[in-house]
Amino acid sequence: MDKFIKVTGIVAPMDRPNVDTDAIIPKQYLKSIKRSGFGPNAFDDWRYLDPGAPDIDNTTRRLNPDFVLNQSPYDKASILIARENFGCGSSREHAVWALEDFGFRAVIAPSFADIFFNNSFKNGMLPIVLDGEIIEDLFNKVASESGYEITVDLQKQKVITQDAEEYPFEVDAFRKHCLLNGLDDISLTLQHANEIKAYEEKTKQSAPWLFQK
Amino acid sequence: MPGKTLYEKLFDSHVVRKEDDGTALLYIDRHLVHEVTSPQAFEGLRMAGRKLWRADAALAVPDHNVPTVAAERAKGIADRVARTQVDTLGKNTREFGVTQFDMNDIRQGIVHVIGPEQGATLPGMTLVCGDSHTATHGAFGSMAFGIGTSEVEHVLATQCLLQKKMQNMRINVEGTLGAGVTAKDIVLAVIGEIGTAGGTGYAMEFAGSAIRELSMEGRMTICNMAIEAGARVGLVAVDQTTIDYVDGRPYAPKGENWDLAVAAWFDLHSDDDAIFEHEITLDAALIKPQVTWGTSPEMVVAVDSDVPDPVNELDTVKSDGMQKALSYMGLNAGVAVSEINIDKVFIGSCTNSRLEDLQQAADIIKGRKVADNVKLAMIVPGSGLIKQQAEKLGLDKIFLEAGFEWREPGCSMCLAMNADKLEPGERCASTSNRNFEGRQGQGGRTHLVSPAMAAGAAIAGHFVDVRNF
Repeated sequence: MDKFIKVTGIVAPMDRPNVDTDAIIPKQYLKSIKRSGFGPNAFDDWRYLDPGAPDIDNTTRRLNPDFVLNQSPYDKASILIARENFGCGSSREHAVWALEDFGFRAVIAPSFADIFFNNSFKNGMLPIVLDGEIIEDLFNKVASESGYEITVDLQKQKVITQDAEEYPFEVDAFRKHCLLNGLDDISLTLQHANEIKAYEEKTKQSAPWLFQK
Repeated sequence: MPGKTLYEKLFDSHVVRKEDDGTALLYIDRHLVHEVTSPQAFEGLRMAGRKLWRADAALAVPDHNVPTVAAERAKGIADRVARTQVDTLGKNTREFGVTQFDMNDIRQGIVHVIGPEQGATLPGMTLVCGDSHTATHGAFGSMAFGIGTSEVEHVLATQCLLQKKMQNMRINVEGTLGAGVTAKDIVLAVIGEIGTAGGTGYAMEFAGSAIRELSMEGRMTICNMAIEAGARVGLVAVDQTTIDYVDGRPYAPKGENWDLAVAAWFDLHSDDDAIFEHEITLDAALIKPQVTWGTSPEMVVAVDSDVPDPVNELDTVKSDGMQKALSYMGLNAGVAVSEINIDKVFIGSCTNSRLEDLQQAADIIKGRKVADNVKLAMIVPGSGLIKQQAEKLGLDKIFLEAGFEWREPGCSMCLAMNADKLEPGERCASTSNRNFEGRQGQGGRTHLVSPAMAAGAAIAGHFVDVRNF
């Protein structure tokens, strides 16, 4: 997993609540058995005027000029600001893979759906919850200045605007540690293999039916 | 010390170890696997040279991509990309020693239907699947939740997951449901009440006399949609209804283990003095048949209402969202729901494809015909075994005589990954769980309803109040 320490980049606004994972990556692209290559189909229904399919060359499709991520400089954005309940719906991690492949490293919203929030951390992408009023202020700043940049400093747990305003955010200590160091959860868990085995032995006594073949 | 909620009991009994910040390593008893969210997980294991921790805890089935037309299943999936994904599940499960019910196995079906049907879902378990509707299994007093592909890989390799304890919410539904009002209407009404993010961060327990009166099928429908209210976990306490459903199923405990298990399962309820951080109560008698009008499950009204007007919403972000939804749905504010004509009908999905759902639809359909303006009305049973049971009861004849198509089991037009989908602008009465933009096909318009309501809409060609139809 990629480390996440400090990221500075252009902020793109996604000004609607309840952006669901079906919108972030439509179902037809979930047929892939790979983890990469979803970026060109991020927000596919909103981004293109022509319908898409897994085997269509996206460069031949007409872009929707009204969609924010098709507009310069947002096509180069690495930070997304959004409204309530971002990432609701399906558990598809493909949504995080698509955002990451597009170039996003952080999403800032007043609230996130739980599964999306969790999936982000597994892919070196940081979901940040900030107060609705701060987000509103960020939307205004981005609207008034093209290419508005902010810095996300995970070590200090701060969002820092280009106007030097600082907004602290919360993050679980364990998740922060994993992101800062780019740690693989599975190898961390396997360090506790003996405890897992001990749990299994104990449960075989108390609830043997759970191990009935 | 106060007593524990059901969720806390399930969580605490599965802790392998705890980190200082409260993150727990939880043991996972059952892992259900399907073709869409697992290939990258198996590939990850292969690349790291890892084995499965416990292959017998996993059970796999292809459901999202499978065709629902018998001829195509027999000769192989026409869509090359989908076929590769389904074949990959077969290859991976064989290589890693996981049991799979393949596409032509009578036990194949939607992953959240076959788990309970086989007794692979048991009370007291922790159960995960790379699918948000895993909340369904909480109907059995098990802690069940959807995970992403990285976590699928983590469970395959370690049989554990890192989790933080959520807060507790209880939804009490008291009293008696009116005739023609179903579990689906309860859960849609709940989502309408608390919103799609109302349950975020909570484990949501459904309680009250109306929930206890429901069959396991109805309880599954309700827990299934907990995620549409934002809650990863939906729960119902164990009672005799639960035990009776599980008894005798292929994967259920047998002999002495059965007696031990049942004794333990009766403790799977929230203690009287348990603390819920949030609690709401609904009067079952006041719930009417529900119809969603927008592009989020919270955009829902009773069938005898009008489509709401965004002008009346004071929150500008919400009002703007409503306006976008009306525009996408091709609806005007103020139109009576019963005047909305439909093009297609879909009865199926992990929410509503069980025998009871099909029976409720058949009760409405019997002796009637699908309306002329309805281009396609399809019924997709949740599993091969449900299909068989329905045919024994003659339900297939009722459906076919009315002009419905009677298909093979799978997720089908709930998410339209296979050939079953809406064309742009088509309007569908659907018993599925999500009415997001493009969910049933790009540009398609979804109205979520109960099986009885979908059946009524198919016959009338527009929404009707099934209480007097």
